[in-house]
Amino acid sequence: MARIDSAFADLAALDTLAALDSPVHRLDPRVKVLTALVFVVCVVSFDKYVLAAMAPFALFLSLVMAVAGIPAGYVLRRVALVAPFAMLVGLFNPLLDQQPQFFLGPITVSGGWLSFGSILLRFGLTVAAMLVLVAVTGFHAVCLGLERMGMPRIFAVQLLLLYRYMFVLVEEGQRMHRARSLRSFQGRGLGMRIFGHLIAGLLLRTLDRAQRVHMAMLCRGFDGTIRLRRDMRLTLRDLLLFLLVCLLLLALRRYDCAQLLGRLFMGS
Amino acid sequence: MHMADALLSPAVGGVFWAASAGAIAFCAKRVQRSLDDRKVPLMAVLGAFIFAAQMINFTIPATGSSGHLGGGMILAILLGPSAAFLTIASVLTVQALFFADGGLLALGCNIFNLGVFPCFLAYPLIYRPIAGDGASPLRLGLGATLAAIVGLQLGALGVVFETIASGISELPVNAFVWAMLPIHLAIGLVEGLVTTAVVASVRKARPEILAAAAASRPLGSLSLGRVLAGLGVAALITGGALSWFASASPDGLEWSMARASGKEELAAPEQGLHSWLARLQEKVAILPDYAFRTNSSTPAAGEEATPSWPAVDAGTTASGLVGGGLTMLLAAALGLVFRRRTPLR
Repeated sequence: MARIDSAFADLAALDTLAALDSPVHRLDPRVKVLTALVFVVCVVSFDKYVLAAMAPFALFLSLVMAVAGIPAGYVLRRVALVAPFAMLVGLFNPLLDQQPQFFLGPITVSGGWLSFGSILLRFGLTVAAMLVLVAVTGFHAVCLGLERMGMPRIFAVQLLLLYRYMFVLVEEGQRMHRARSLRSFQGRGLGMRIFGHLIAGLLLRTLDRAQRVHMAMLCRGFDGTIRLRRDMRLTLRDLLLFLLVCLLLLALRRYDCAQLLGRLFMGS
Repeated sequence: MHMADALLSPAVGGVFWAASAGAIAFCAKRVQRSLDDRKVPLMAVLGAFIFAAQMINFTIPATGSSGHLGGGMILAILLGPSAAFLTIASVLTVQALFFADGGLLALGCNIFNLGVFPCFLAYPLIYRPIAGDGASPLRLGLGATLAAIVGLQLGALGVVFETIASGISELPVNAFVWAMLPIHLAIGLVEGLVTTAVVASVRKARPEILAAAAASRPLGSLSLGRVLAGLGVAALITGGALSWFASASPDGLEWSMARASGKEELAAPEQGLHSWLARLQEKVAILPDYAFRTNSSTPAAGEEATPSWPAVDAGTTASGLVGGGLTMLLAAALGLVFRRRTPLR
């Protein structure tokens, strides 16, 4: 509950960030969506005991955020907000996998702790990649980009309209929630029967709204075909950059750069 | 429960992405063919309604904890399976993009778990036969509750299957199943009761809405044979792909890289791995209280896991740790340097 609340408060911030202007923001949305996909697949494809080799991916993300002017604190806060879930699932690894992997002086590091760390790191990286993608592209452009890449038109429109009405209806839901809390004492009226009527009321108003929206669309000439305005142009620069970034990501996946750096540093 | 990227292997994620994308394309075609342009805003606004309804919670009787509506079954009852599936998929996409529920790769799994099962199995096979035209409140309630329970149970099983098949988490299958199913049985029961309450209330206030939804045969008459055939194909692909990827230790990317570059990622793993394992066993023998391999809770882990271990030796590990630490520091430093360049608002 509180999570949804604060998440909605944060949504506006994401939209604000998407409206910034930077070399990353100016890239074609398709390039950014595909890059995010390559990034996620690279991170996820690591072996489950790998930890250090994923660090360069954090560096890559940090670099993108720096160029695009996305504040790191914001992204980290959002990642921390959803971290408990990954903790919960990963927590069993140290208990169930106790084979020692290596020794750090007197401390024995078991495979379970290693894979637990790995889960947390890949969780952080994938969630942050998602947030950065939306923050440098914007929801609208992500949808249009996906539509250009073959997503069914009706689904793209569904996403765009959903995003538009989500805020309106969420505010309505919040108002109802607040009104009920103000009138309920000692937990009365919070049960399922009242809840059913409450949600049904909300649902009926939602259906009425859908009818009004539909009539408004008809008034503006909606004839069943959906038209989307597209102003995307895939330039040679976009393509070259995409190719370069993909090569970089694959190289980071292929060669353990953290290892190389460590060797260099330790002189071995 | 949402699947997360961190628990997925690319093979499993890719297979479910393909399955969900296929289902979305199929449903999009069906909805477009139904030529009911009222559906366009209706689906969007009902998707937004799901978000709004989740703002309001209720106390679950006898436990004192609070829950909120999931909403899949209400959408299916009001919109029919195809349109409901598209709506659920769009809600999950927004959740993945904005609330970091799941992730880009896990989106396919989530759409499959929370969309395909309730819309294409629970709704046509359980809700429709039991509830009929929705005239009897008892049958409607029974159908909605049973359908919600079955849909959520299947979804929970999907999560278990995807997690186990990916092999990132160490959870043993049995324990995971026995943790997930009872929880989701309770959640499904509550969801079903709430769905019943909402639908009954709507029926009392505006019966024509449900009548219209129930009478819309083009959406209600989903040809069962095709759905089952589609699911069968998906299962075949899943099984085939999984057995393929599970057969050898290199995962998909490593495999394709090995093919592209002509060599494996780990150069000369054979003797390194073996000598390392031998050293490990010596060390373990020196530490007898480690319960190595006699741990009954992970009977096969020792045998299964060893081939996929990276060939770790002390020097490699140390330089990996140092290098990884340095890289993370560098990333943090970058973040700090650029922290105040642009204000958030």
